[in-house]
Amino acid sequence: MKNKSNILFEPALVNTALRQSFIKLDPRLMIRNPVMFTVEIGTFVMLVVTIYSISNSSQGSFGYNFVVFLVLLLTVLFANFAEAIAEARGKAQADSLRKTREETPAKVVLSDGTIEIRSSNQLKKGDVFFCETGDTIPTDGEIISGIATIDESAITGESAPVIRESGGDKSSVTGGTKVLSDRIKVQVSTAPGESFLDKMIALVEGASRQKTPNEIALTILLAGFTLVFIIVCITLKPFADYSNTPITIASFIALFVCLIPTTIGGLLSAIGIAGMDRALRANVITKSGKAVETAGDIDVLLLDKTGTITIGNRKATNFYPTAGIIIKSFTDACVLSSLADETPEGKSIIELAAAQDSKLITSPPEGSKFIKFTAETRSSGLDTPDGRRIRKGAFDSIRNIVLAAGNPFPMDIEEQVKRIASNGGTPLVVSENEQALGVIELQDIIKPGISERFERLRKMGVKTVMVTGDNPLTAKFIAEKAGVDDFIAEAKPEDKMNYIKEEQALGKLVAMMGDGTNDAPALAQADVGVAMNSGTQAAKEAGNMVDLDNDPTKLIEIVEIGKQLLITRGTLTTFSIANDVAKYFAIVPALFIVSIPALRSLNIMNLHSPETAILSAVIFNAIVIPLLIPVALRGVSYKPIGASALLRRNLLIYGIGGVIAPFIGIKLIDMVISLMA
Amino acid sequence: MNTELLGIIATYAITLLIGIPLGIYLAKMFAGEKVWTDFLKPLEKGIYKLSGINPEESMNWKQHMKALLMINMVWLVYGFFALLYQDKLPLNPDGNLGQSPDLAFNSIISFVVNCNLQHYSGETGATYFTQHFVFMFLQFVSAATGIAAAVVLFKAFRDKTTTNLGNFWVFFTCSITRLLLPLSIVVATILAFNGTPTSYEGKDQFISLQGDTVQVSRGPAAGFVAIKHLGTNGGGWFGANGAHPLENPNYLSNMVEVISQVIIPIAMVFAFGYFIRRKKMAWVIFGIMTLGMMLLLVPTVISETGGSPNIAKMGVSQLTGAMEGKEVRFGATATAYWSTVTTIISTGSINSMHDSAMPLTGMYQLIAMMMNCFYGGCGVGILNYFIFIIIAVFISGLMVGRTPEFLGHKVEAREVKIASIIALLHPFIILVGTALAAYTVTNFPDADWLVKPASWLNNPGFHGFSEMLYETTSAAANNGSGFEGLGDNNMFWNVMTGFVLLLGRFLPIIGPVAIAGLLASKKYIPESAGTLKTDTLTFGVMTFVVIVIIAALAFFPALTLGPLAEHFSMIK
Repeated sequence: MKNKSNILFEPALVNTALRQSFIKLDPRLMIRNPVMFTVEIGTFVMLVVTIYSISNSSQGSFGYNFVVFLVLLLTVLFANFAEAIAEARGKAQADSLRKTREETPAKVVLSDGTIEIRSSNQLKKGDVFFCETGDTIPTDGEIISGIATIDESAITGESAPVIRESGGDKSSVTGGTKVLSDRIKVQVSTAPGESFLDKMIALVEGASRQKTPNEIALTILLAGFTLVFIIVCITLKPFADYSNTPITIASFIALFVCLIPTTIGGLLSAIGIAGMDRALRANVITKSGKAVETAGDIDVLLLDKTGTITIGNRKATNFYPTAGIIIKSFTDACVLSSLADETPEGKSIIELAAAQDSKLITSPPEGSKFIKFTAETRSSGLDTPDGRRIRKGAFDSIRNIVLAAGNPFPMDIEEQVKRIASNGGTPLVVSENEQALGVIELQDIIKPGISERFERLRKMGVKTVMVTGDNPLTAKFIAEKAGVDDFIAEAKPEDKMNYIKEEQALGKLVAMMGDGTNDAPALAQADVGVAMNSGTQAAKEAGNMVDLDNDPTKLIEIVEIGKQLLITRGTLTTFSIANDVAKYFAIVPALFIVSIPALRSLNIMNLHSPETAILSAVIFNAIVIPLLIPVALRGVSYKPIGASALLRRNLLIYGIGGVIAPFIGIKLIDMVISLMA
Repeated sequence: MNTELLGIIATYAITLLIGIPLGIYLAKMFAGEKVWTDFLKPLEKGIYKLSGINPEESMNWKQHMKALLMINMVWLVYGFFALLYQDKLPLNPDGNLGQSPDLAFNSIISFVVNCNLQHYSGETGATYFTQHFVFMFLQFVSAATGIAAAVVLFKAFRDKTTTNLGNFWVFFTCSITRLLLPLSIVVATILAFNGTPTSYEGKDQFISLQGDTVQVSRGPAAGFVAIKHLGTNGGGWFGANGAHPLENPNYLSNMVEVISQVIIPIAMVFAFGYFIRRKKMAWVIFGIMTLGMMLLLVPTVISETGGSPNIAKMGVSQLTGAMEGKEVRFGATATAYWSTVTTIISTGSINSMHDSAMPLTGMYQLIAMMMNCFYGGCGVGILNYFIFIIIAVFISGLMVGRTPEFLGHKVEAREVKIASIIALLHPFIILVGTALAAYTVTNFPDADWLVKPASWLNNPGFHGFSEMLYETTSAAANNGSGFEGLGDNNMFWNVMTGFVLLLGRFLPIIGPVAIAGLLASKKYIPESAGTLKTDTLTFGVMTFVVIVIIAALAFFPALTLGPLAEHFSMIK
């Protein structure tokens, strides 16, 4: 389902784009792009001149004018094509995601409890439907009851099924995914046509595409350049008249079109669309182009430890009973406290105990009461009918329980806790009837290759922050081992929020990824908030991007996509302006050489004749646009080598290269034309 | 190495020896730190009290600009009427007439805007009263206006986020009491001892060996000549400016004058870096400006010392270089140095006829004024350079993949808009002004005006075009030097350049200050490894490239039809 093909010009898309290139000639659409709009006006003027030159050759021959007209028309069409192909690619990508959810029958539960089959596109926000084994989920929604395994490969490409259940942070289902087992009741969260994907498609399609702040600023600068060249060309008329040098309209327009930054002007919107398209190819849905751009500026990255820095979850590796407690009774207490604990940590405790002891209790005594884990108590456990109160939790929370009951807290436990924590493990303390029994050691496994990625981020100037519920010692150990710059230990949801606010107060831009409802405020506060698609609706609403793959390392990719977007604009602007030097040396001698032969010395390219010189310059100016479309669509690659080094590198390639390339290009074209003529 | 070359090297070395420490002093002084000139405080307090100024009142950038424009407007009105009626005012021993309205309009604007275009000649067009209380007064206050505006910009980047940009009147007053006035006294004294007159008497006369009676204008010129250079004004007491034997009597006075016009522009660069506590930035900007100067100076010296091919064709040896229009007491090299210096900074005083320079030299002079930011005028040089920094920051910020920022403040659409307008305003007014002149000359040579357009130009063809281009460029850059050879005291040139002068002065001051004010009020972003540092050589080169490219793109066709066409036709 994933359309990751990297062929830039698929024939079907090219056809659409070609058609669009002509539709976009409509001046009402062109005016959004001031640079190309002036070229269109120039083209129109040339059309008039061409017709005029049929009967009167004072403005040059019909053939010459006609060729200039054609080349200018091509310039505009090339620019339109660049935009159209970028749009078509983005749209095709979005369509392939959207196709999965069209026209699926939905089993709607009416208010009286009866079931009615409706088409998915008739669903409204707030409707409730149910899905059972084998059904395709008709639209985005939130599970209100039930649990199910779901195949999300249609969106993520990941074949392993995922579990989604009501309540908690994994309650969202996406249209187009398939229920593999069980039965769920789902409430529609977005009306068809208003989902994130629909919004994204609209962004790509242009109608509602808004220019991003940097794009606006660049457009202003380019408009300024265009304006100055209007003045240069208009004032050239009286200058030339003073020098008795007649200049034809074709020459004026050719000079003007060559000087204004048509290359970047023609590719500007394509670059922006391609940026969003690249995000989409990384399976990230952005709610605005601005979010992608902001991602490139991120200074601080908040990453959850679990799943991002460490593989999956911590596993129990050892039981350490305190002095005077035999291992068997400690293990039993551990197992009892974990039987109702559905967390991976709880399960790993039972696995470890089972490995050590074959005669294990498998179910709690009849009538036991479970104490659920909360972020406030940071402990869980169970009360048995015979009066045992077993608690398991973080060191300080259990110690508080023990001390509050007036019991001493064993020193050896405290030491064990410190040792485990300083080795990067997580200690869980178990108590029974407010007496500490011992420590369970949980260990984290750091993802291979993750520290290289953090190193890369550091070179980009991005500070990485690990967020974890672990105690500070454990957190510090893992942070150092993984190579993150900072960490928030024993993090409560509001800690994330506070951290973001503090960094923002220093003027930094912060990105984070989250899935839970309690992440929503922080996601909204962050400059770039990426919600996981599996997360709650609230989280998805709060963030400005949604990651379809639920991959926490995606943020790193997003930052690079953002940087690439800006770099592509910057380098092509430089290239475009640097090109003018050579174009001047082609056109200016051509304009004056007839009446001021001494200026022949300025014809350093030794071009054949004034006509071929001007034609070569406009032809080069036109063909450089399609030649650069691949660069615009793929983006200029980003290398984290430091800002000054990067500037030097790009100045060399696109600045110096931009000066030299047209000298060669124009000379070659001139040689070809002079051969044909 | 020949003595002439050593002479200009020594001149430049002394300039730096004075200019750099002066900049550090200015940074401290404007920051309110302890400096040795603090003994002048009572004088300044007296001025504030007399003028009803509260020196503690802090202003934002808009209030600063309001104060600046207001006071400039007052001078404009006062000076206009003083020039119109100077014949009826005292201190007119030679009985000179009042200026015509269009000439007064042009003269007063050109002095208010620190340009000193001078479509009149000091000997006959002004009286001692207007020389003193209009022109010399304006030479002080217009320089102080530029310096004060630059200090407002400095203030914007000293602290992280601020809207308090200090008090305009304090910056303005201190620029005079702590900088211009003391230095002027020193320079004037040196000049007086070298022979520049300080007398209030009218014309002197003597009978030459041939028996002719010669009338020699004089007047209290030494002080005027001092501030004309220190304040990068350039307007001479006498019509011949620094080429006049009384205004610039010998090589020593020539050195003093050419040094004194560069020290404040250089000092302002260092004042900027030290004031905002980024010394490295000052050195980078200074380095780039010096590179710009050298790239103009070296070819100028070569082209002038090489002599004219036309004279060489006649078989005349030119060991001393192209001496047409030059003073023998200075020589070709020192003259070339002066002509570069006076055009890169906006002084516009001359010690030779620029009209007689080699065509390529003329082009270098034009380019210097078209770029107008290598050192540049008092205060305004660094303001002009700042505009190019903003454009360079924007383009290079994009090139490294970050929203562009300067000194911790994001450069966004509004700042780019202002920077684009200001950067493009300069070519705009130059090209449009020259086009109007060229159009008039071509199409209405015999218009029924007091001075027929046909008789404006001393030289036909390419050189004539250069003369018109030079005059407009000089006005737009607030430079004030003339190519001469252009009949400019007439309605068309007085009025046209009058407007060019106004446009070329106030918008390029308001623009950078507005950008600085806007940036300063934005949130401060701390530097990270991804931030593009603006005090590196790489960024300096980027700024240089922006300056060169904008000038080249805007002016290449015009330069082709003027000096380049003349040059290539000459060597053919």
